[in-house]
Order: sequence, then structure tokens, then C-alpha cells
Amino acid sequence: MALTVPTFVGHSAHAATAIQHWTQPSGAQIYLVQSPAIPMLDVQVDFDAGGRRDPADKAGLADVTALMMGKGVAARDGRPALDENQLGEAWADLGAGFGANAGSDRMSFTLRTLTQPPELLQKAVELAAREIGEPSWPEAVWRRERERLSAALREARTRPGTLAALAYDHAVYRQHPYGQETSPETLARISLDDMRARHATLLPCRAKLSLVGAVDRAQADALATALLARLPQGQSCAPLPAVPEVTPLAAPLDERIAFPSAQAHVLFGQPGYKREDPDFFPLLVGNHILGGGGFTSRLTEQVREKRGLSYSVYSGFSPGLHAGAFTVGLQTRADQADEALRVARQVVRDFVAQGPTEAELKAAKDNLVGSFPLRLDSNRKLLGNVANIAWHDLPLDYLDRWTARVDAVTLPDIRRAFQRVLQPERMVTVVVGGAP
Amino acid sequence: MLLASRAAPRRLGAALALAAALGAAAPASAQRPAPTPDTAAQQFTLGNGLSVIVQPDHRAPVAVHMLWLRVGAMDEVDGTSGVAHVLEHLMFKGTDKLQPGEFSRRVAALGGRENAFTSMDYTGYYQQVPAARLAEVMALEADRFAHNRYSDEEFAKELDVVKEERRLRTDDNPRALLGEQHRAATFTASPYRRPVVGWMGDLDALTAQDARAFYQRWYVPANATVVVVGDVDPQAVLKLAQQHYGGIPARALPVRKPRPEPPQPGLRRVQVKAPAEQAVVSLAFKVPSMESLAPSPGSDDALALTVLSAVLDGYSGARLDRALTQGADRVADSAHASNGLYGRGPQLFVLSGVPAPGKTPAQLEAALREQVARVAREGVNEAELARVKTQWIASQVYKRDSVMGQAQELGSLWVQGLPLDADARLIERLRQVTAAQVQRVAGQYFGDDQLTIATLDPQPRDPQAKPRAAPAALRH
Repeated sequence: MALTVPTFVGHSAHAATAIQHWTQPSGAQIYLVQSPAIPMLDVQVDFDAGGRRDPADKAGLADVTALMMGKGVAARDGRPALDENQLGEAWADLGAGFGANAGSDRMSFTLRTLTQPPELLQKAVELAAREIGEPSWPEAVWRRERERLSAALREARTRPGTLAALAYDHAVYRQHPYGQETSPETLARISLDDMRARHATLLPCRAKLSLVGAVDRAQADALATALLARLPQGQSCAPLPAVPEVTPLAAPLDERIAFPSAQAHVLFGQPGYKREDPDFFPLLVGNHILGGGGFTSRLTEQVREKRGLSYSVYSGFSPGLHAGAFTVGLQTRADQADEALRVARQVVRDFVAQGPTEAELKAAKDNLVGSFPLRLDSNRKLLGNVANIAWHDLPLDYLDRWTARVDAVTLPDIRRAFQRVLQPERMVTVVVGGAP
Repeated sequence: MLLASRAAPRRLGAALALAAALGAAAPASAQRPAPTPDTAAQQFTLGNGLSVIVQPDHRAPVAVHMLWLRVGAMDEVDGTSGVAHVLEHLMFKGTDKLQPGEFSRRVAALGGRENAFTSMDYTGYYQQVPAARLAEVMALEADRFAHNRYSDEEFAKELDVVKEERRLRTDDNPRALLGEQHRAATFTASPYRRPVVGWMGDLDALTAQDARAFYQRWYVPANATVVVVGDVDPQAVLKLAQQHYGGIPARALPVRKPRPEPPQPGLRRVQVKAPAEQAVVSLAFKVPSMESLAPSPGSDDALALTVLSAVLDGYSGARLDRALTQGADRVADSAHASNGLYGRGPQLFVLSGVPAPGKTPAQLEAALREQVARVAREGVNEAELARVKTQWIASQVYKRDSVMGQAQELGSLWVQGLPLDADARLIERLRQVTAAQVQRVAGQYFGDDQLTIATLDPQPRDPQAKPRAAPAALRH
């Protein structure tokens, strides 16, 4: 699904959300929220090793590196090697869960474990440390996984939503790594040595660890040290190579792809903005009104509620280290695609030209400010927020100031920011399905 | 995901959060009892028959308010499939006091998030709000529970939205089509044979009056429960519920026809041809349902079957993974097992998978059945049993992290007529299941006669094919 929902919607704060932050001697940065009510701990470890660092001809390298890190750990220091099944059993026996995955920017490792008894917590952290630090890179497993992934990619390409998302990403990002397509061909070029090389960039000095759970600062510091203990120690971190920025579109592009489906999948948009953009809050509030705010957004009102044209219609930004796309998406009966597209484009044009009304702005603020506690009502949600602060070097009081920042947004702020960031006359449009 | 809303969770068998949690690889540890929440859930019944269930959780200043109805797609009759789900959409379209869309605008103004869901067994509506706003969403929900109202024009537009939902989720989704056809072939008399979203032909013929009649019939206080979880006091919630829901007049609950599924006289097969690259094989075995937490032969077997599903597929590297998806000559790219355990209708044990390149659906079918046969021949070992039980116990701790998840569990237990502490008691019962019981059920329920097999037969996409034209009947 091409549901481009902003990756960084989770911000918030509660005066009670005290984030503790420190840097370890290794350079690893630690962010902790103590949450003692439930005897459990959630940890996320992030590295600058995501898909944006994949060579174009080896797109998917970050994903498969993360995948293969879960397929076995090597013998070291008297501890026996564990294959993928032994790892699965070990995590199940601990009643804990560990995962690795890569996004466009980050490679992330997540651990969820009980904190009682202490020996169990210790074992879970040690096992996680081995997966982070000592993957065994089994060749036969990679051959199998490559075959499986390639088959799944070919299957996905039989679906109109996948084809639309691929064509759209390609047109919006062009040469930028954010738009690179992982395919059976790129997987065929990836070797275990490529993965070892990506893994070698994971050093403690580059790690950002976020922890939420029933541990205190001293425990968190010791756990963080243990989690990174099996990565190379004592190395200094040279800056990683710069990744180019997403370039603006020079001209509009309309792509129609015939497909024998019941519905047409419609996507349009352009490169958006970077997470560090000073207009983050006007753009957040504005998009909530335009198409991010669920049943009350303008796009839902015009496309779904008034005309019954689509089950799902949305707009979203995806700001990251680079300017992720602004995307409007909907699906509609194939013969209605032109009408739905016309309506949605008009909504976007009007919004960029005139901005929201005073009443819309008030409604958006009421919802965003009022619902703020819902962004922090579980350890899992807190972890996402803390990791976001860590990754983007946001101030530690970011959550405490969040509602005030939303409240301070004005109508001219939104108009100005949208007119600067969006050019409705130069957007990419992809329609898959319906008559060519 | 946010907009994938007013949605219809559809699963073969009962769509139960608990069963899903048991099937998923959630963690745990066998030696320690799960810590219990500081305050247990409480249940009340109002004078008009409406239930109220409250679970305090004071970690954050929030509350989730849910209204559950013991009515879903299984309560529909022929010709109006999908009406339970269409009605769920229409509940957002107004009341005597509120214009279409006004409900959502008011919830949003309160800082709320909201949605609704329909399954075979139940329909639910919810709002997540700052705890201080509970009274206001309760007033809104009680109003539409008693006074839902919309024009025929609003009905027609929303029906178009639901048809788009069906196209998106089912018609253009070969694996969902397979599931729909599989259900339809598996059940003969049971209403579980119908898709929650409804057949397109029935949606074409559905009228506003059908939806209003369904609402009149089933949306009565004795068929509903209010669930509140969060930073609240049970007595205060009870008072609010009396104030807002207590005045809704009691009405008789309609008589439900049992519509039991007759014994299956032999193997059934269904084939679905659809544009795809990969085949899919799915085997559904009719199995007993857990009728209550009290020991009984059927319930004991249902529990043992759930343990069997976890031994086969409860964690990464479990039996199906190991035997079918690994090695140079692997037969599958994926392989899964799940047991329905309980629901308002008949339950299924499902084995499914995607054949590996070069392998046939028939080979995968045989390999899946061989793994069950192996358990029947050789049994399971104690380490496997301990492992799956450990995971369930840990999951009892982790589930407390989600206010929403707790409310969903309480609501779905009420739907089934189970007590509020059923989840913990269920895990106690699962812990008592022995290796011998697992071995016995593996030998008992996996013959041909209670089996229905569905196969997705992938078709190449014809590049010359014209887009499917919408029949004229759709345009209105």
C-alpha cells in the first residue's frame, strides 16, 4: 500500500515526560524515559545506515542487511554459534522479542523484554547484543532469502497499488536514493560482503539508543553498554559521506498505466520538506486540515463524504533527513479516476492558494492539542517519540513545548509555508488502472 | 492506516484479538505469574439491560470509550449481506440532532480519535480521548445509539464508499478473494459463509430501509456493552453511563436462529483463478469451539488445538518454518497454522502457505498435512510446550502497555459471553494442556471429511485485456 502517512507524526508531550540524555564514553547517545508501572522494557537502537546509503544498483542492501542479521550469530568468546532456529527458540524461551529493520534514513534494532527477574533481562540484552554485533552471515540462508524476496517482489508487482507506488516514487525522486526500487535484479547483485561492509559502519559512536521502561538511569547505562559491547570498540567515527538532496521537479508529469483492475490507484505530489525545516509546525497543522486529519479533513470531505468516490483519501508529508514526498492518494472505481483526480487536485490548489479558514485552523488546533496525551499513552508510543527526538537532535523539552508550538501557528504561517513548499502546477501524477 | 477506518476486519472464523495474540509470536516466561493490574475490571448492568465494563489504568490522562454490539455479519439474512457493516458507516451520518459528519467534527474538537469496526460476530465503535472528555463522547455515542438518522441520499453516497472499500480490499486483492471463496465453500448453513463486507450484488440491491430495519432490530440496550479503559474511576463511569445510556428504553432482544453447520460429508475443494505470480494453498479443518472456560471434551480439545497451532507456528523457527521453508529443497516460501479457538459460530483450524518456486500446491498441501500427522505419530516435546506457554505468560504483561488493546480484549470477551478475567484463566487452562492431548487432537481432527481446501491458481495478466467495465447497475 502506498499509504504515505508522515513517518514523524509522533510528537507530543506531557509535562511528566522527563527525558534523560547522556553520552557514553564510546560516543553512544542514550535517551531514557523511566516508566516503572509495568515490569517491561522497550529499546530502540538507531544507526545512520538506512536505504539512503544504498548504491543504486544494489537497492535494498540496508533491508537485507537488517534481515540477515537475524539469521544467525557467530561463535565468539566461548559462546557457541546460533542458527536462525536456535535464535527463534531462544527469544521465545525468554518471552522477549527482537527485530531489525531499515527505513530510508535509519537502520533500527528493537528489543522488548520483561525486566523481572533481572537475570532474564540480562540474558535478553546479551542475546540482542550478539545479533547486533556478531551476525554469522550464512551463505545458504542468503540464497534462500534472496529467492523468497524476489518471488514476493514479483508477486507485489501484480498489484495496482504497488505499481502506482513504484512509478510515483521513481517520478518524484528520480535519481535520489529515496526513490530507488528494490528488485530481483538489485538483490541479485548484493553479496554478503556488501552486507558485511554496511554492518561495519555500525559503531558505538554512531549509535542512538532510546529506552522506555522499568529501569533507572544506572541500569539503562549498563544495558546500553552491554547492547553495544559486541560491536568494534574504541574506534572513532569519521563523518559518513554526504548524501545528495532531493531536487525539485522542473515540470509536471502525468503517467497513466493501463491495468485490468476494478479500481484505479491515484497518486499525485512532489518532493516535500526536510524534518529540520523551520516551518515543520505550520506544515503539520496545515496538512492535518488538508488531508491528514482523518474524517474531518478537506480531502475526505470533498472526495469521500460529499461524492462517495473513495474509501480512503489522504495527503501526507514524509519529512526525513531529505525532502520526503508530499503525496495525495486515493483509489476509486476505474471509470471515476478522472473525476476523483480533478476534485482532489482542486482541493490542493485551493488550499495552497488560499490556506485554511479561521474555523478550520481552530478545529485542527483543538484536535491536535487536545489529543496530545494520546501520543504518549503507552511505552511503545513513548519510545517512538523519544527515538524521533534522538534521531533528529530535537531539544529534550520538545514534547513539553509541542502543544504551544501547535497553538502558535497562524493562518499566514500556513499559507506562506504551503506556497513555499508546494507547487501544484508542477506535480507528478500517477494513475494505475482504467483505460490507458 | 488512519483512514482504513470504519473498517471490516475479516478473518476466517472469529476475529478475536485474543486468538490473534495467541497465534502471534508474543513472548513470555513460564516460572512467573503475570503481575495483575492494581485495579481489576468491573462490570455493571443498567436497568435497561446495557452492560458497562470499566478497567482503570492511570498511567496516562487518557480514556478509551467503546460501544460493542453483539451483532455482526453472521446475524444478516440472505440478500442483505454487508448490511451490518454498511450500518456501521451510517452511524456517522447523523442523528435527530446531528448533521452528517457532525459526530466526527465534535469528537475531533474534543481532542479525540475515533473509528469503528465490524466482524462476523460483533460491531464496535470507539473514541480515544483525554480522560476529562469522557462524558462528552459518551453523550455523543449514546445519542447515535438511540437516534441514528440519515437521508436516502446520504445512504446512497455511503454505499458507494463501501463498494469502493470492497473493490480495494477484496476485488483487486487475489488473496482476499481466495479467503472469501474459501469461507463460502467451507460453510453451508452457517452464516460464516458470507463476507463481512457483503457480496457486491447484495450491496447493489441494498436499501436505506434494510439498514434502518437492521438497526431497529439489533441496536437494543440488552445487546450492547460500554467499555471504558483509562484514567477513570469505575463508580464515576457507572454514574455517567446511567446518565447518558440509562434513559434509552429497554427493548426485547430478537430471537437468534442457531443456524448450525451440518456435518461435512467429505472433502471439498475450491479453486480461485486470479492475476498473481504466486499460488496460495489454504486448508480449513472444522474443529470444536471452546464453549466456556469450564472443562468439557470439546473445550479441552479446542485448547489443545490452539497449543498445536503454536507448536507448529508460534515462533520463528517453529515446526512449519523448519520443515517447510528451509533447506535446499524447501517446499514453501511461507507456511502458517492457526486455530480459531472460540467465537459465536463454528471454528476452524487453518493451515496455509505459498509454494516455493518450482513446487506445486499439491506438494505444499501434502507437506502441511504431514507436519500435523507427524505430531499425531510422534507427539511434541516438553521444550516446545514450555516455550509456547512462556510466550503466552509474557504476553499477559506486554498487553498492559496498550489502553486500546485492553478495551478490545474486554469487549470481545463480553461478545462471547466470557467473564472479564477469561484471558488470564484461559492461559491457566492452556498451561495445563499436556503433550498427550496435543498428540491426540492432531490425530483426531485432520481427516479428509472435515476439510475444505482452497487454492489460488495464479493467472498471467493479459496485457491486451480491457479494464473490467463497471456494470451499469453500479451507477447510481
